Amino acid sequence: MVRPGLFTDADPPALLASRCAACGSHHFPRADACTYCAAEGPEPVELSARGTLWSWTAVTAPPPGYEGEIPFGVGVVELPEGVRVITRLTESDPGALAEGQEMELRVVPLHRDAEGNDVVTYAFSPAAGSAPAGGAAGS
Amino acid sequence: MSGVVVAGVGLHPFGRFDDASTTDLGVVAVRAALREAGVGQGGFQAAFCGTAYGGVATGHKVLSRLGMTGMPIVDVEAGCASGGAALMVAAGAIRAGQYDTVLVFGTEKMPKGIIRSSFFEPWQEEAGLAATPAFFALRAQRLRLTAGVTKDHLARVVVKNRRHGAANPDAMYQKETSVDEVLASRVVCEPLHLFMLCSPNEGAAAVVLRRQDLVPAGSGSSPVPVHLAAAVLRSHVPGSVLSESTPLAGLADDTAPAPSTLAATDAYEEAGLGPGDLDVVECQDTDAARELLSCEELGLCEPGGSAALLDSGATALGGRLPVNPSGGLLSKGEPLGASALGQVVELVRQLRGECGARQVEGARTALSHTVGRGANAGVVILTR
Repeated sequence: MVRPGLFTDADPPALLASRCAACGSHHFPRADACTYCAAEGPEPVELSARGTLWSWTAVTAPPPGYEGEIPFGVGVVELPEGVRVITRLTESDPGALAEGQEMELRVVPLHRDAEGNDVVTYAFSPAAGSAPAGGAAGS
Repeated sequence: MSGVVVAGVGLHPFGRFDDASTTDLGVVAVRAALREAGVGQGGFQAAFCGTAYGGVATGHKVLSRLGMTGMPIVDVEAGCASGGAALMVAAGAIRAGQYDTVLVFGTEKMPKGIIRSSFFEPWQEEAGLAATPAFFALRAQRLRLTAGVTKDHLARVVVKNRRHGAANPDAMYQKETSVDEVLASRVVCEPLHLFMLCSPNEGAAAVVLRRQDLVPAGSGSSPVPVHLAAAVLRSHVPGSVLSESTPLAGLADDTAPAPSTLAATDAYEEAGLGPGDLDVVECQDTDAARELLSCEELGLCEPGGSAALLDSGATALGGRLPVNPSGGLLSKGEPLGASALGQVVELVRQLRGECGARQVEGARTALSHTVGRGANAGVVILTR
């Protein structure tokens, strides 16, 4: 796991967030105090594993410190809790994606570390059985 | 409370200079600014140095070479807005009566390629989520989806700024380009092609600030006195997932004001004027979409109106409100610590009427804008 405490590797997986009891805002990753109203002690929650695509692109050259495959998708997925999350996308062709498309959370391999273990991270993938919602995608 | 004037400016061109150190670049810019201001040893009471990659005591190393130490020398790091932050602190100290004359400079040698930033945690790099151009691209996609911005618009921002830059002898790229050439460059992160992204590079800029009542009108080496009407730095408020604070999550609404808007609002109030009063703007154009977004966030057009503003020709030289007459970062490249002060040097020269083929005729009011990681947004307003 690329970073403990960020997501669960259960079936289905979940992003580990926190929720402020005072103002109702969600934070990802979990926060020490509410990032919006500064109230102490936000409660740990899990976020919905399905959402819709809000923005997306693909990275075509390896960024610093990255050892995985190229190209790879990066996007923003909007979840029912009223949260937008920065995420890897399993789809690396921006032309195959559309605004509002249904997406679901996955846990995917990034690369193999020096001890031979697969390092995994969270990513969103077009939801099974959902077609692109239409609208501008490629050029 | 006295006003603050710019008594002298200096620049080391922006580009790649393999044989020069960060200190070498700073010496050139500082020496030029001090000469223009007529300031020698003991002539300023404090110095602030903007740098992000310069390392320990960058400012001290420059001033030691010039035999000008003993006063407080403070390095200021605020990402892309480091120079704006240094100006804010320096101007505030003069207005408060702490100093009469302050040297503000920035000097930088950026690593090559996609910038490795200590801002990100190692796991973010490992997961591929520390790819700066991807965040620029996600913002550009939203402009495409919500504001009618097309790839053609993005390419035309580059063509405009490179045309301006062709008349700037201090720019890294002094050659014009075309829409076809921009769109033929490789896609870095859809929709951004290579030519739509500025190059991190090297350079230095320096400004001498002085209490207005110490500079009699019409005297000194500068033919036209330039007033520092506002110098503001703001950070982000939470909420926007695509904010320069680079969070992992945000709210599913668009109500959080951008840090650039916060800084611009404060700067307009401090200067007692509004975006309609501006004659020339230098704004953050790290990528082509960033210039369009900057126009919206600074109030140069309505939200969602930046494509129409570009289409109108207003932001090109000869238009109603030229944006980035220096060529912008797309032509000059971006040395973080020197970036904001480089804009200020350009605008001081514009207000003095010294800019030759890229001169904005009759410019009297100018705005400089930088924004980057932190988030840090700096806005400086200059008048003559």
